[in-house]
Amino acid sequence: MAKTITQEFVKGLWDEIPPFRLVLGLCPILAVTKSVENGLGMGVAVIFVLVCSNVLVSLLRKIIPSQVRIACFIIIIATFVIVVELLMQAYTYPLFLKLGIFIPLIVVNCVLLGRAEAFAYKNGIIASIADGFGIGIGFTISLVALGALREVFGSGTFLGMSVFGPSFQPFTFMVEAPGAFVCLGLMLSLMNLAGNK
Amino acid sequence: MREIIKMIVVLTVLSCFSGGLLAAIRGGTKDKIENQQLEFVKGPAIRNILDGCSNDPIADRFKIKDGDTEKSFFVGVFDGKANTVAFESDGKGFGGDIGLMVGVNINDDKIINIGVTTHSETPGVGSKAKSEPKLSNQFKGLGLIKSFKVKPDGGQIDAISGATVTSRGVCAGITEAGNVYKRLKPQVVEKIKEFK
Repeated sequence: MAKTITQEFVKGLWDEIPPFRLVLGLCPILAVTKSVENGLGMGVAVIFVLVCSNVLVSLLRKIIPSQVRIACFIIIIATFVIVVELLMQAYTYPLFLKLGIFIPLIVVNCVLLGRAEAFAYKNGIIASIADGFGIGIGFTISLVALGALREVFGSGTFLGMSVFGPSFQPFTFMVEAPGAFVCLGLMLSLMNLAGNK
Repeated sequence: MREIIKMIVVLTVLSCFSGGLLAAIRGGTKDKIENQQLEFVKGPAIRNILDGCSNDPIADRFKIKDGDTEKSFFVGVFDGKANTVAFESDGKGFGGDIGLMVGVNINDDKIINIGVTTHSETPGVGSKAKSEPKLSNQFKGLGLIKSFKVKPDGGQIDAISGATVTSRGVCAGITEAGNVYKRLKPQVVEKIKEFK
């Protein structure tokens, strides 16, 4: 019995939330979550690419020969990533400067290839859209949560606004790479704790 | 055999489609991206140089062919007259190329200001060429068509202490800008008439 559309959507938000359950796509998660804004920008870019590539893969799943499916997925994903990169340069240039290399690197993000291979190639278009949105939004939520944690403690701000007032001494460890690992580990353990109950 | 042909056809069609889509989007966003890059990378320097002008120098720009390359000129309108242009140049610094923006009054060929746009000089030493106006201020009011040198080389410009190579690069860049200006001035004068 196939799952309903709602189930496909909701599973991306908790059961299969990418960084914490699937533990995929860690590179951008660790690198761009220095602030909420960066996390949100990256998340939106991923949602767009994921939904578009899921739709296309699902549409073409009867045509794409299984021997060259990976190559086809990569072409589709790469195309949409460059579309996002161009649009970002054209409309949100400062964000593009901050995310820099991590936008083109969405191409090799396992979340996207994983969804194309594991889901869209085997399922219908509506279910694929739901899956794309679910996983994409889950990814964004994780990026924003991690970004918020790191920004609040690492720079004492939230979306650029000061949280603790001027006397706060920023805990700069949090905005550096080791802080990203520690945060991710803590959140993973918290989620496991919640899941085990 | 059929399988192989199918693979080739699918991959080819997919690639063509992808190429076409990207070309279309690139074409559609090209001007917009150029504007954004000018606004955020060179915009601050341009606005600083053409401070007090009554128009938007980034919107009011034109291009002139110089050999194989095209140079962009940004027009500044002062007192209702378009009499100032800013354009780019570069010189070799300590850590690589130093991107420069030079503003010049086309009536008397005098430099109104210069600014550093991009550089990879040593932070806190050579980077002062961008962050502090001490070096750039020395160029204000000098005639553009001549060669500039730092004082140790027998010139007229005080180098930033500890950053002679950077200062030398800026001087060379401005000298080069003078050469370009000399070469292209007739066309600049012609083009700027449109911006009155």
